[in-house]
Amino acid sequence: MVQRLDYLKESPSQTAGPYVHIGTNPNWVEITGVWKDDLGLVLVGPETVGERILVEGRIIDGSGALVRDALVEIWQADAAGLHNSPTETRGTADPAFAGWARQPVSDADGLFRFETIRPGRVPFSGGGLQAPHVTVWIVARGINLGLHTRLYFGDEAEANSVDPLLNRIPDPVRRATLVAPRTERDGMPVFTFDIRLQGDGETVFLDM
Amino acid sequence: MSGAYFQRDRDWHPPALTPGYKTSVLRAPRQALLSMPTTPSEETGPVFGHDVLGPLDNDLIRNFAKDGGEAIGQRIVVYGRVLDENARPVAGALVEFWQANAGGRYRHKKESYLAAIDPNFGGCGRAITDAEGRYAFRTVKPGAYPWPNGVNDWRPAHIHFSVFGHAFAQRLITQMYFEGDPMIWQCPIVKTIPDPAAIERLVAALDRHETIPMDSLAYKFDIVLRGRRSTLFENRMEGN
Ligand SMILES: [Fe+2]
Repeated sequence: MVQRLDYLKESPSQTAGPYVHIGTNPNWVEITGVWKDDLGLVLVGPETVGERILVEGRIIDGSGALVRDALVEIWQADAAGLHNSPTETRGTADPAFAGWARQPVSDADGLFRFETIRPGRVPFSGGGLQAPHVTVWIVARGINLGLHTRLYFGDEAEANSVDPLLNRIPDPVRRATLVAPRTERDGMPVFTFDIRLQGDGETVFLDM
Repeated sequence: MSGAYFQRDRDWHPPALTPGYKTSVLRAPRQALLSMPTTPSEETGPVFGHDVLGPLDNDLIRNFAKDGGEAIGQRIVVYGRVLDENARPVAGALVEFWQANAGGRYRHKKESYLAAIDPNFGGCGRAITDAEGRYAFRTVKPGAYPWPNGVNDWRPAHIHFSVFGHAFAQRLITQMYFEGDPMIWQCPIVKTIPDPAAIERLVAALDRHETIPMDSLAYKFDIVLRGRRSTLFENRMEGN
């Protein structure tokens, strides 16, 4: 016998199910009066520092159908590359930017859309800088453990070319699933991040 | 200084593809996940102050009830702690929960089960853990309900949980079941978890000591989030 390692095991995940929004966005599913505003609806205010951008996309299943019952959360650094978190050790983030938001995808068109700012660069664990990115997490009925992925920006080719995570993906087709192309709408940059759960163009999901 | 989060044990969690739970078949990624140590992007996470909470947020018996009414059903208290794999309490964790009513019916426009709506039950609540990682809420025991999967599949009584830790890497959604419920072991969603010992981690214990006399039963449900490496003898690069 040896000495015991007193670690606990992580609680196993279970699917968020079809009614996750009752818990996360009750007002959106017409359960009103319990609390005033659903959390995570607004990221950017007038005081927020940084370039305003839109991030939007759809979630597509293995048959090409839109997933309309998902919940999407994003987490990102501020314009200076700092996170608004007690566990941020490198400095103090912009107090006018929470860095976290979440949304149910729209019933009508399966779209999620976040108005946010372009994040700054965040260091990598082994040194060096990562390209600007947004952490994306999705849960839904039929997803047994929340899926982590990352959005990189299509107009950051130089930073992307030296990003340590992107450079672990040798296949350019797979790598491209994490890079959201840029368009513009009413003068605002729009980055489209469609998430394919399975099959052709399957998004790279992360075990981090 | 702390290091990366422990690697997730993906043999302990349910795999993505679980044909017994049919919806997973078209929603399961088939490619290998890209493995990476956590970076500051995953080692940080949002924090929620106690000021977001209202006084009834953790009282599902009353938080949707009209005119002093109360939800119908077996009154229960659910309590426990949020810990990490190092067995340390996770303070300030936002815990959100949602459930069907005592008859097994959700308040949702897509819900079609014929069991009656309870006009005094919304089905959602939330709490933030204290310095010892403790949370508690009051509710009614949810009913079992049938669902479209097999011809005649039923979910055991359960409460859904969403938990934020200190880091986005710890983000977790799971479900709580009730001690002694024979339906647990027949459920295709429960059975997505391969190891019965892991399933037992999701079964809340009836705690007779915390039962409130002449009022409510009590169930204890502890939740464990991912732990984090200490940085023994590690060179940390500048800027980390
Ligand atoms: Fe459920």
